[in-house]
Amino acid sequence: MAHTVPVGQKWWSGGKSPFNVEYGKLMMWYFLMSDAFTFGAFLISYGTIRFSSSSWPNPNEVFKSFPFIGEMSVPLAFVSLMTFILIMSSVTMVMAVGAGQAHDRKAVMKWMFLTILGGLAFLGCQAWEWTHLHSEGAWWGSNPFLNIDGTQSTTNFSNFFFTITGFHGFHVFSGVIINIIMLIKTWRGDFDRKGHYLMIEKAGLYWHFVDLVWVFVFTCFYLL
Amino acid sequence: MSSAHPSSADFGKDKSSFDSKSVWRTFWILLVITVTELIIAIIYYETHFFPKHILNGVFIIMTLAKAFFIVAEFMHLGHEIKNLIMTIAIPACLFIWFLIAFMWDGSAYHNLRMRYDSYQNEQSKTKVKKVEHPVEGKKPGVE
Repeated sequence: MAHTVPVGQKWWSGGKSPFNVEYGKLMMWYFLMSDAFTFGAFLISYGTIRFSSSSWPNPNEVFKSFPFIGEMSVPLAFVSLMTFILIMSSVTMVMAVGAGQAHDRKAVMKWMFLTILGGLAFLGCQAWEWTHLHSEGAWWGSNPFLNIDGTQSTTNFSNFFFTITGFHGFHVFSGVIINIIMLIKTWRGDFDRKGHYLMIEKAGLYWHFVDLVWVFVFTCFYLL
Repeated sequence: MSSAHPSSADFGKDKSSFDSKSVWRTFWILLVITVTELIIAIIYYETHFFPKHILNGVFIIMTLAKAFFIVAEFMHLGHEIKNLIMTIAIPACLFIWFLIAFMWDGSAYHNLRMRYDSYQNEQSKTKVKKVEHPVEGKKPGVE
């Protein structure tokens, strides 16, 4: 932080934030911690079920399709595109935060717009992937894919896949809504009147968290 | 901070610490790690050149590295004061117990099933044929 923090500052002596951040930002961090444990519980229950199963479908076989190229097999290509989109939108979000710190309203609007675009692109990709898997016969309670060793698989695979990517997709969706609200507030000049762009930073924390969760979802479902 | 009670405006002022160079550096690190993961996954899929459980360890280490960069740089936690870092990092350590306990439970359950559930044991050794296409016009979840 650019605040010059004196050496030997007594953080807990009262009269100041012992965490040197604004209240709302600290609470956003705590909310994200609770959300991390919710996602953690989902992913760990997925792990427990995988450990208790003798075999599991091969992600390279399941996720090998790409829009507009027909039956050609490109394992993991589409999901890498999704990952790239989300990382990219995280970068534009950091740029929006940086522009907010410089009180540059135009630049904040530009970067927020790009972040929203990235979020919508990610949601579009996910909608395509779900539709495609559904057309192959995968859904909650229905799993057409065999285990990697050729034995009959259970529906656990698709149940966990749709539940966890769905829960993450819902987070992306709410993140896009929050970002749209932030864009409108920036456009109306609310933050200039307030004198600071801290709301952008809090929305940014949430948005990066969504990216962070995707990193783990990506590893658990597509790589392991 | 001059006043005894800091207002949010105090935290929104004069921060010139933003550095877009380090943001792009983080972006490239994340991208390179992700692409490396994909290359390893695809080479493994084509050639099976390495035991999968060792690769899984590599994937998990790379994932944790990516998580570290997102939290420290994008979420700016690495540049906050130690109090804030610790109030996040210490509760996050619960995940260590969480993971060990539940993965252990899963594999214990697997052992029990293989030993005492003859149906499951049989199923885990019987290869089946894939049904190529689901019945036309019948989509899952649609009654």
